[in-house]
Amino acid sequence: MSKFQKKRGKASPEVSTASLPDIIFMLLFFFMVVTVMRNSELKVKVVTPEATELSKLEEKSLVNYLYIGKPQPNYVETYGTTPRLQLGDKFATVDDIPLFLEQHKVKVPENKRSRITSSLRVDGSVTMGIVQDVKTQLRKSGQLRVNYSSKKEREE
Amino acid sequence: MAKTSARDRMKNEVNAGSMADIAFLLLIFFLVTTTIAEDKGILVKLPPWSEEEVDPTKLKTRNVFSVLVNADNQLLVRDELTSINDLRERAKEFILNPEKREDLSEKPTKAIISLKNDRGTEYKTYLKVYNELLGAYNELWNDEARKYPKGGDTKYTEYSDEIPIDIRREIKGKIPMVLSEAEPTNYGEQ
Repeated sequence: MSKFQKKRGKASPEVSTASLPDIIFMLLFFFMVVTVMRNSELKVKVVTPEATELSKLEEKSLVNYLYIGKPQPNYVETYGTTPRLQLGDKFATVDDIPLFLEQHKVKVPENKRSRITSSLRVDGSVTMGIVQDVKTQLRKSGQLRVNYSSKKEREE
Repeated sequence: MAKTSARDRMKNEVNAGSMADIAFLLLIFFLVTTTIAEDKGILVKLPPWSEEEVDPTKLKTRNVFSVLVNADNQLLVRDELTSINDLRERAKEFILNPEKREDLSEKPTKAIISLKNDRGTEYKTYLKVYNELLGAYNELWNDEARKYPKGGDTKYTEYSDEIPIDIRREIKGKIPMVLSEAEPTNYGEQ
């Protein structure tokens, strides 16, 4: 460092912190673009099982979500502890499924409607009775593309 | 607006340091309220709904691989108690039938897997079973894809979207995934 002469006459330059928020804004916009607003609050406890044969869901707008699980602790008094179905952001029964599917369908342009997928987020401990009823209702409503939401199984 | 002289402007400097704080706050807000999609899962095409029951007698038993799951999450594969870990291999053996055994499928295009569970079966078990069966088919499709040349001297390493659609259709035509799910029994539901 002795080769370099200290510059005289100039004070050592201060780092301008005015660009720091710009960097943060860039990060912020990145996150805004990459992530998706959680569209509904989970009113049921869902811990999805693990699996290996996974495929990614396509566009988010083409997916409607059905949740099945035990109600969250703050809903237990009104709804009990047996597993329930939640469509979108409300509790519902199997008979509400056709209406729910229709409501989602109208928001999707015609040419993409055949690619609508129903994502079933079901808790691992739920018994097959209610899941089967939901599947039967989906079949009756013509919604055949179904995705069983699951996490990637960690290889042991 | 009153004229601001250069001197006035010099005094009214906004401290840019707090802008970073505001930006951090916004960032943390977004980090907390959004989810980076945990949206993977097993894609399934349900069979269309029909009021009539499929006639089971038309199928030869050798072509049907029956998997029953009871309310205790045990598997009965072709009337034999099986562990979940053996399911994939047995399914593959059934579909391909490399030794041309009499009790396994005639050919892959005629192989049907029938899955029946109880209303009391846990979803976790059902998904694991489905995962293993789908895994069996995926491995068979991968093996089949390896027979196709990619270009030059290499061949495809697995069944994936890089393979042209008509070859993919051919592969799936040779080994179609036919999984029939029956109405669940009701012995164990609470």
